[in-house]
Amino acid sequence: MADVRLALTPFDPAAEMTAFAAAHGGAGGIVSFLGQVRVGEGVTALELRHYEPLTLPGMIALAASTEARWPLAGLLMIHRSGVLHPGEPIVLVAAAARHRRDAFAAADFAMDHLKSEAWFWKREQVGAVWRWIEPRDQDYADLARWT
Amino acid sequence: MARLVFLGRLEDIAGVPDLTVPLHAPTALADVLTTLPPALSEALAGPKVRLARNGELVAANGLMVNEADELAFLPPVSGG
Repeated sequence: MADVRLALTPFDPAAEMTAFAAAHGGAGGIVSFLGQVRVGEGVTALELRHYEPLTLPGMIALAASTEARWPLAGLLMIHRSGVLHPGEPIVLVAAAARHRRDAFAAADFAMDHLKSEAWFWKREQVGAVWRWIEPRDQDYADLARWT
Repeated sequence: MARLVFLGRLEDIAGVPDLTVPLHAPTALADVLTTLPPALSEALAGPKVRLARNGELVAANGLMVNEADELAFLPPVSGG
């Protein structure tokens, strides 16, 4: 059973990983990915927006298809929405499995789909100007690896 | 009253996150769009914009909008 959350306030990735590892002590390996707001490059804030009727249900469906594809002991998926500042965590995905290859692949698959298929819209603030960010061609190419 | 919801950059074009439109009968999407400012209706009809009616993805082609529908316009997503 995956633990899937849409976080509207900051979360603590280290505390989440400690709890996830403790909950899946039987798994031989855990692979995690943490996405965070870059520090520098002039970005002062990042805003993630979501659409209530679609976003969390879509994340739950993605977790189910990830679990259907690899034999996992556990899957954690936390994605922020709201205004974030440099250094703050945006997304945490962790997959626990008996064998590490399954955990690596599952975390990679889940992240590629969260990046360019989950129902989030992202904009960044540079100086006083907000700019919407659309997926890059690379993001779509990453997604196409799984079809 | 149907509610139109604008996500991402569409909100900037609309100038508001959502808009209610008075409908008295099921109305074709194309006819709903013509009541909006041209720059907005053009952006909403863009090829990359997907639609959700009452939380379900639907095709724009031939879509009828009912009186109490919530219709969301979804531009390309970017998470992570």
